[in-house]
Amino acid sequence: MTPQSSFMVVAPLVSNKTSTLRTLLASMNHRPGVVDSQNNLVPFGEFDRLHFARFVVLDDQTLSDIAVHGLPRPNLATYLAFLGDCDGPADEFLAELTQRAGSGLRQIFSHCEGFASDGDLLRWMQEHEQRPAAMYVNWIGRTVRQIREENELRNALAVYLDNNRATIAAKNLGQIHDDLRKFVNAEMEVGRLTLTPPAPAPLAWKVRNFFHLVGVPVVLLLLAPFLLLYLPIFLVQLRCHERSDPEIVPPPDPEHVKKLADLEDHDVANQFSALGSVKPGLFRRWTVTFLVWILDYGSRHIFNRGFLTRVKSIHFARWVFLDDKKRLFFASNYDGSLESYMDDFINKVAWGLNLVFSNGVGYPRSNWLVLNGAKDEQKFKHFIRRHELPTEVWYNAHPGLTAVDLERNTKIREGIEKPFTAEAEIREWLRLF
Amino acid sequence: MVNAGIDDRDVQGLVRFGYAHLPEACFLLLEIENAAAARSWLGTITQSLTTAERLSGRPKTALQVAFSRQGLQALGVPEGMIRGFSPEFISGMSGEESRSRRLGDVQSNAPSTWLWGGPSNVPHLILMLYADTGALEGWQKSVVGKLPQGGVKLLRHLGNSVTDGYEPFGFRDGMSQPEIDWRLERQVGSKDQLEYGNLVSAGEWLLGYANEYGKYTDRPLVDPKDDPENKLLSAEEQPDKKDLGRNGAYLVFRQLEQNVPGFWQFLDTEANHDPRERRKLAETMVGRTMEGEPLVSLASSPIAGIGPDPDDIRLNQFTYESDADGIRCPFGAHIRRANPRNPDLPYGTKGFLSWLIRTAGFGRKSIRDDVIASTRFHRILRRGRRYGKRLSPEEAIQMGKADSEERGIYFICLNANIGRQFEFVQNAWIIGTKFDGLTEESDPLIGNRELVPGCPATNTFSIPQESGVRQRITGMPQFVTVRGGAYFFLPSIRALRYFTGIG
Repeated sequence: MTPQSSFMVVAPLVSNKTSTLRTLLASMNHRPGVVDSQNNLVPFGEFDRLHFARFVVLDDQTLSDIAVHGLPRPNLATYLAFLGDCDGPADEFLAELTQRAGSGLRQIFSHCEGFASDGDLLRWMQEHEQRPAAMYVNWIGRTVRQIREENELRNALAVYLDNNRATIAAKNLGQIHDDLRKFVNAEMEVGRLTLTPPAPAPLAWKVRNFFHLVGVPVVLLLLAPFLLLYLPIFLVQLRCHERSDPEIVPPPDPEHVKKLADLEDHDVANQFSALGSVKPGLFRRWTVTFLVWILDYGSRHIFNRGFLTRVKSIHFARWVFLDDKKRLFFASNYDGSLESYMDDFINKVAWGLNLVFSNGVGYPRSNWLVLNGAKDEQKFKHFIRRHELPTEVWYNAHPGLTAVDLERNTKIREGIEKPFTAEAEIREWLRLF
Repeated sequence: MVNAGIDDRDVQGLVRFGYAHLPEACFLLLEIENAAAARSWLGTITQSLTTAERLSGRPKTALQVAFSRQGLQALGVPEGMIRGFSPEFISGMSGEESRSRRLGDVQSNAPSTWLWGGPSNVPHLILMLYADTGALEGWQKSVVGKLPQGGVKLLRHLGNSVTDGYEPFGFRDGMSQPEIDWRLERQVGSKDQLEYGNLVSAGEWLLGYANEYGKYTDRPLVDPKDDPENKLLSAEEQPDKKDLGRNGAYLVFRQLEQNVPGFWQFLDTEANHDPRERRKLAETMVGRTMEGEPLVSLASSPIAGIGPDPDDIRLNQFTYESDADGIRCPFGAHIRRANPRNPDLPYGTKGFLSWLIRTAGFGRKSIRDDVIASTRFHRILRRGRRYGKRLSPEEAIQMGKADSEERGIYFICLNANIGRQFEFVQNAWIIGTKFDGLTEESDPLIGNRELVPGCPATNTFSIPQESGVRQRITGMPQFVTVRGGAYFFLPSIRALRYFTGIG
């Protein structure tokens, strides 16, 4: 199993270079929202370990919102963020990237503060790396290569089933299964299909993962007495905050929404980037830090097989603290339109959204950390759109495929590789087509 | 808060009634040339509008009026007030490319090809006339004759519509409608988590009432000083504001042309010219028989908001819980897409533990589990009408390539939140090529078959079989083409009086 990893390079922009940068980034697209995967700057399509990547200017229009907590607008630069999700270690990927797309990256990063065009690009990128506080991977271990091979497999089998309808109808389930396996073997022999066996998981990763799996509960267990003692105080504090924290949920500016919508729905999947400020004070800071830590544990060890609680439409997502935890950045790659995505948020995991984002300035009022909040549909939708940022460039290595497609294709492959014994099993498997 | 109930006489009747007893209908698309003349003309028709009041005798005619955003502007409604309407309404059905993409209005369905409603071709208002057999023509002439010269101009007349409850392909239509909670009794609650219900909060249809979230949908609220004559009601949740939206609804209108010969000829070829097979295939695509019987078996226990009319029970007391593999009714069948009839949570047993497990996302049995959104947030009230005469399958097959007549549906639906209701249903469920875990297919009747990047096809239709291997129709052409459309606001009588008094 090849585990996935992520990178995110964040650097402040030279103040008057934002618009030239946007123009340069736009040149990587065929049209807004549709990247040219072979563009001259970063030809994403040539990197076969890369799932998703994006360039986004972190120009937060909501920075002054913190005034409702009596604080002045923080003086923060506008950042450029370059982030992506890849198979195997991100360091290796970044090294490959600098070798094969170095000049394009230099051209882009030359808009950032302190970038020396003749310096060491890889080192500069590593120095500007922001690690996610939490990371969600739809299916840990599923590589780009596997996705592509399994999709080819599914497509070939679907056509085979269409073309051989009459002969299949006369066969029993065992024979059909045999036929399909023989067909795949024959296709593999002539090189039309490939099913690369999964690579073993790297030992170092396994060890690290194991210690994380065990370590976090151990730490929690050790902390439990203190946490329990603190709980009543925590709840009192929480309720005080929840009762008084102001909401900032006006309808978003139509121009802003149009800019975002222009970038959406060119593929069955979409990107989402959003930025907001964490509510001031230690209470919110510690609460959100703790909850995002738990979230990270959950997505690493529990929700790594096709679903994040009830939501099955997210491929990759990350939560990243910026500026000494004054701000939280969220990015995801999801299936369907934003309206569907928000529907999932509101109707399936409002509680989960509330846990983290109710610590953000202006979020619709939540109660007891999990109730209400996102359930206030229109306010929540306004909040989401207001904090969303236009993703200038977005690359998806497997357009046209939803996370459900990927899961189905993997199951189809499993059925080809393993001999079934029970008829019911074969029937279930055939229903995947 | 004191629950005042809905003032029936303030609501245009279309929200409550489909006027099925008035078989003839036509829709006049109008343009306002002079605001003052238009306002005074509107003042005269306001009293003839049909309301939602239940009368002892059925009216012989019904008249309704609705405005586009451009229409409100032309009427002189201040920009500040217009900004209070929903962004979908303000932008319009054809106003943004991204919206057209989401609605599937691209290529041969693109607004640039429309007969009306394209970006520079949006009518200001629509006058809807419903009449008893033989009563429409004369009345329509007199209505048009009374349009003020130089004040309101007739752009287009959408006519040729006589309804008999069947749509042009020959299927009985319009049987399944959400039941509006007209008495404002609905309590959204834990029952909705496990059970699909057909009784839907008034706020999903009419602005100014609580919706399925128990909240009030955004709408234009007016400062009382802008309503000196006190024409408008107060907003329920913000009594210091006057509610311009209250008792009004958004009306979505799409002219959908149906290629009836193309439909039946394709099915005839697929069925090897066997009339029974052909019909069966068509019914599989719809999810109901041509006479309207659902393909899945009826639920044993009642469903809230369905019945007590035995016909309603026979046609609508069902969900797809009993057909998890899509054997009786394919996942992609038209009615299963348009109304998946699922509750908030995936099906399962009652009890706290089961609730907890499912809320956390566990306990899945198949890749299909829990991929469809909860239905109750995505309902629409359909008020569509057929245009063109019916054609039997046999006639359609003999007709050859060119149809002698234009046939289709004036698709009309009402909702309070266009984005969450009509647009969501159209985008995620109807044209969505990934609906319910499917791939390579959109709605078998009205899908546009446009390719999706990365997918080999979108023109297939899967029919799951008991034996295991699905049957699949491939190479389906497009049967339905969008010829026009717009978003309108169907105001309350009070709001209309307010509009006519502006300026």
